[in-house]
Amino acid sequence: MSAGTGLVREIRSKNAGPFWVTIDVFCRDADAFEVVRTRLETAEVARVLQADPQRLKRFDIADLHVIKFSLPRPHVQGARLDRDMHGASFAVLVREVLEAAGGSG
Amino acid sequence: MAARDADRGLHADARPGAAPAAHGQGAGPQVRVLIPSGALGISIDPAALEAGLAMAPDIIAIDGGSTDSGPYYLGTGTCKYARASIKREWAMLMRARARLGVPLLIGTAGTCGVDAMVDWMLEITAEIAAEIAADDPAGVGAALRVATLKSSQSPDTLAEQFGHGAISALEGAPDLAAADFAGCSHAVALAGAEQIQAALETGADIIIAGRATDTAVIAALPLARGCHPGGAWHGAKIGECGALATDNPGSGAILIEFDAAGFTVQPTGAGVQATPHTVSAHMLYENADPFVLHEPGGHLDVTGARYTALDPRRVRVEGSVWVPTEAYTVKLEGARQAGFQTVSLVMVRDPHYVAHIEDWVGALEAAFHRREASNTAVDFELDFRLMGQDATLGVLETQGLRAGGGGGGSSSSSGSGGIHEVGVMAIITAPTQDAARDIARLLNPYLLHFPLTENEPMPTFAFAFSPPEMDRGALYEFQLNHVLRLADPMAAFALETHELGASA
Repeated sequence: MSAGTGLVREIRSKNAGPFWVTIDVFCRDADAFEVVRTRLETAEVARVLQADPQRLKRFDIADLHVIKFSLPRPHVQGARLDRDMHGASFAVLVREVLEAAGGSG
Repeated sequence: MAARDADRGLHADARPGAAPAAHGQGAGPQVRVLIPSGALGISIDPAALEAGLAMAPDIIAIDGGSTDSGPYYLGTGTCKYARASIKREWAMLMRARARLGVPLLIGTAGTCGVDAMVDWMLEITAEIAAEIAADDPAGVGAALRVATLKSSQSPDTLAEQFGHGAISALEGAPDLAAADFAGCSHAVALAGAEQIQAALETGADIIIAGRATDTAVIAALPLARGCHPGGAWHGAKIGECGALATDNPGSGAILIEFDAAGFTVQPTGAGVQATPHTVSAHMLYENADPFVLHEPGGHLDVTGARYTALDPRRVRVEGSVWVPTEAYTVKLEGARQAGFQTVSLVMVRDPHYVAHIEDWVGALEAAFHRREASNTAVDFELDFRLMGQDATLGVLETQGLRAGGGGGGSSSSSGSGGIHEVGVMAIITAPTQDAARDIARLLNPYLLHFPLTENEPMPTFAFAFSPPEMDRGALYEFQLNHVLRLADPMAAFALETHELGASA
C-alpha cells in the first residue's frame, strides 16, 4: 500500500490470483478523481509496468472515486523469476507516474 | 451423549435464542453469517467474536486458505500457519458453535485445501472435541457430526480430462499439454455453493471443506434458504476477508445479514464502522474486474449495486445480480515442482564496489560461468537480486543506478549520495538440492573475493552466516489457470460424515 497526501488517498496493488495483479488508485473525492483520471494516462502506466497495453485493463469507477488497473503478472506468482509474492510493490510505480504528471499533491 | 442440535436443515430457521431481525427488510428468508476473521490462523479478537455471537448468527463461516502466500503450500500440500494457532482459534470457534448450536464451516482448510489438510483439520477437530467433552461430558458439543468435503484432483485424471476437452484455459493461462497436468504435485478444484450446500445438508455441526472459493462458504446457506442470489454472492465477497471491508481491518469479525432483496454488513468489533466506501471498495480487492466475480455456475455482476449507510456502523446493499451459466465449471489450481534452490547472501559495503555493483555482479557471473562450466554438469539457473538496488522490481525499477552515481532515475536520491550498501542474493535453481548446494559452494569464493578488475587488491565481502549457503528446498510454481466442466457439481468432490465423541 502506498499512502497518499493530496489528490490520492491510497494506491494499492495486490495479486488477483496467481496470474494477475490489480492496482487500485483511491482518489480523495469526486473532484480529485476527475483530475487524476485525466493525468493518469493508461499508456504511461503500461510503459512503466512494461505491460502490453492491449492486456492492461482500466476501470474508471466514478462512484468510488477509484481508477483500477488489472494486468497479467510479469511473472506468475512465486515462479523462479517472480520478485514480489503478493504483488504489492507495483503500486509504487503507478504513484510515480501520477507524481510525474503533477497529480499527487 | 449430548443432545444433537435441532435439525437445522438448509431451509429451517431453528437458531436457539435467535434475536429478532435487525433491519426488518421485509418478509422472506433471513440468514446471518458471522465471519470471525479473515482467515483461520491469523488471530481472532475474542471481544469481536463475542459481540458477533450476540447477534445470533445462523452459521459461523471462516476461510482457511488462499493462493496468496504462493505456490509452496499447494505444491507441498501443507499449511502456512502453525498448528498451535490453528488449534487455538478453531477451539474458540468450536466452543462458540456449541453455545449457539449453529454450524461451523471452514473452507480451504490448511491454506491450500488438499485432502491431507482436510484430514489434518479433522484430526485437530477431534482433539478439541475431546477436550470440550472432558470439560463438560453432557454438554452440547461433546458429540459432533463433522462433514468433510474434499477437493483434491488426481493430476493423471486431469490430464485425461484435458485430453477429452473437459478442461478450458482462462485468460492468461499458460499454454499447457496433458503432461503438464500430470506433472502437478497437487491439484485441487474450487468448490462452490453447491458442494458446500451438500455438506450442510448432512446436518453436520462442523464442516471442513477443502479448496473452495472464498465466497462459497459464506454464500451457500443464504442461497439454500432462498436469499437473493446476487446479494448472497456479493455479500459473501464483502465478508470473505472479515473486517477488511470496514474502517478497521484489524478488528477481525463481521456479520453479514442476507435476505430476499440484498444484504446488510455490520462489523462486530467495538467502534468499528462499515461505510458505503469501505464496503464497495472491497469488491475491488484481489479482483481483476471490479464489477464481475466468476464463481462455479455463473458470475456476480455488481454494476447496479447500491450501497446505503443505515447508520454509522452498517451498510445496506441491493441491486447485485447473479448471472448463471449454462455449463457448470469449477476452477482448478495446481502446482508443480520446478527444481530445488540454494540461496547465498553476501553484503557489499565497500563504496567502490557499491558504486559499481551491477558491473561487479555482471563480471562475477560471467567469470563464474566461464571458469566453472566444467564443474557444473547439471543444468542450473543463477539469478541475482541486488537488495538496495532493484531487488523488488527488477527491470521495472525506475530509480536508476542509485548506488552508482549517474543513474538514469529521476529520484533525488540518485547518485553517489544514495545507498551505501547492497545485499547481493544469489539464487541457484537446479534439479536436485545437492546440485543446487554444490553450485552455491562453487560460487562461494566469487561472492567472497571476486575483484572488480584484475588490478586491484583482493576484496573480501561480508557473509552473515557460516556456511553462507541456505538450502531453500523445492521450488514450486503454479501451473493451472483453468476450469473443469462438470455434469454433476459433486463429480469432482468427495463428501463424508464423521461422528466424533458419540458414546456407544
